[in-house]
Amino acid sequence: MDTYCHRAVQDIKDNGFLGAVTIITIALSILIVSAFALFFTNANNIMNCWEKGVKIMAYLKPGISQKNFPDIKRKIQEIYGVQDVTFISKEKAFKKLKEQMKRQSSILMNLNKNPLPDAFEISMIASSQHGEKVDKIATKIESLPSIEDVEYGQKWLELFTNIFDLFRLAGYAMGGIFFMAAVFIVTNTIRLVIYTRREEIEIMRIVGASEKFIKGPFYIESIIQGILGGIIGIVALFITFKLISSSFEHSFKYELLNIKFLSPEFYCGIILCSMFVGWLGCYISLKQFLKT
Amino acid sequence: MIDGKNKSSIIQMFHVHKHYGSKKALIDINLNISKNEFLFISGPSGAGKSTLLKLLYLGETVSEGQVLVDGMNLSRISGKRIPFLRRKFGIIFQDYKLISTKTVFDNIALVLEASREKRKFIEKKVRSVLRTVGIEQRINALPHSLSGGEQQRVAVARAVVGVPKIILADEPTGSLDSDSADIILNLLKGFYTHGGTVIVATHDKEFIRKAGGRILYLKQGHLLGATPG
Repeated sequence: MDTYCHRAVQDIKDNGFLGAVTIITIALSILIVSAFALFFTNANNIMNCWEKGVKIMAYLKPGISQKNFPDIKRKIQEIYGVQDVTFISKEKAFKKLKEQMKRQSSILMNLNKNPLPDAFEISMIASSQHGEKVDKIATKIESLPSIEDVEYGQKWLELFTNIFDLFRLAGYAMGGIFFMAAVFIVTNTIRLVIYTRREEIEIMRIVGASEKFIKGPFYIESIIQGILGGIIGIVALFITFKLISSSFEHSFKYELLNIKFLSPEFYCGIILCSMFVGWLGCYISLKQFLKT
Repeated sequence: MIDGKNKSSIIQMFHVHKHYGSKKALIDINLNISKNEFLFISGPSGAGKSTLLKLLYLGETVSEGQVLVDGMNLSRISGKRIPFLRRKFGIIFQDYKLISTKTVFDNIALVLEASREKRKFIEKKVRSVLRTVGIEQRINALPHSLSGGEQQRVAVARAVVGVPKIILADEPTGSLDSDSADIILNLLKGFYTHGGTVIVATHDKEFIRKAGGRILYLKQGHLLGATPG
């Protein structure tokens, strides 16, 4: 193993240019794939935060007597997934609206009567805060005879979820394409290295070197290149992330978005993946090019 | 079924044919080479001398017939055993076949590294062999900075460093002046004197005359006869 490593390091030095091409290729692929991963991780976190903030507003039909309110509240609370139900009277809602409208609140002065309905604000347990489950709860609430309408901002949530899913699919496809491109380029680079060293390989065989002895350093070389490419890709992404996030901090309330870099487990996984890219590229080229 | 139990023989060939498509390179070769023999394979260019040597270390495979090397039947040898067969040989080529990017030391050390020898042993052994061939002072030189004679001495050093049983030399003096050829001949004789078997393919009559030894003549793939040494 010591001899293999010694020879692999020597080979990297001897074939500096081709080695650098391989490392840069892997680094670029890792950078692009990790950038997508970073985007998805953060987008997912933001979506989760938004989902957690989703509440259902159930508006009561006009003319429902106040004595029926506890019964309606109980019926809503009995629905699976509901955590808390708060009654908001139309007077309270009107007062809140006035506060929110501030300067424009004079418009409301001309109204003869309060146009707002009595309502219940409903929050959900954590496991029921996702799209379809919220839909189901909302449908059940809407089916109650005293309820006129429900609202929970489902349209924009669905829209964001759909766009996010589309991005996720594109990300997987891009990841796959860049993985294949990296393997393809590593394969061809190693093939080129083998081609330039075909005479050396022939001499090794003549002097009685085993296939393991000949191929071993190529594998070690490729794995080292994979690790280096992975580290360079992650470091480049980290620098880019820091530069972009620092400009975000100055421009608006950055802490609301709570953007984070990839977790240590994730970038360890990325480096393992880039090692695999190096190994796979080497395996394919040796299999095709270095037949006994 | 051929067995390899003839203790005085190190190489045996039985009805060996080699052809490349319709071109016949070797035709019905029967040959017996003893241990500690100095043998020349002579003949004009294209007679099949190099092909015959290649068949011995499985640089080529026979089209028909069987070859035994030190008890190994080459028709039945598995891919994994080929390196072990090749370590029985030290091979010298007319064009030296040195790795141009590696130093003299690294070129010779490669043989011992392939046999998984320890680093300290390799350093000691390579220096000792270079001393024997008389170019110890060029240990860190790259092949292209050496003369033809020096390069061939490195090739001889590489051939003997693994202590093989047989040396195969394919036109070893083809690119050398007569002084360098004499040095190579003396090195081969030294290996032979220490109990090794030497097989030289050459059409250099002067070299054969100086060396002595059994001579086999090849012509258009046929083994025509032998002159005892």
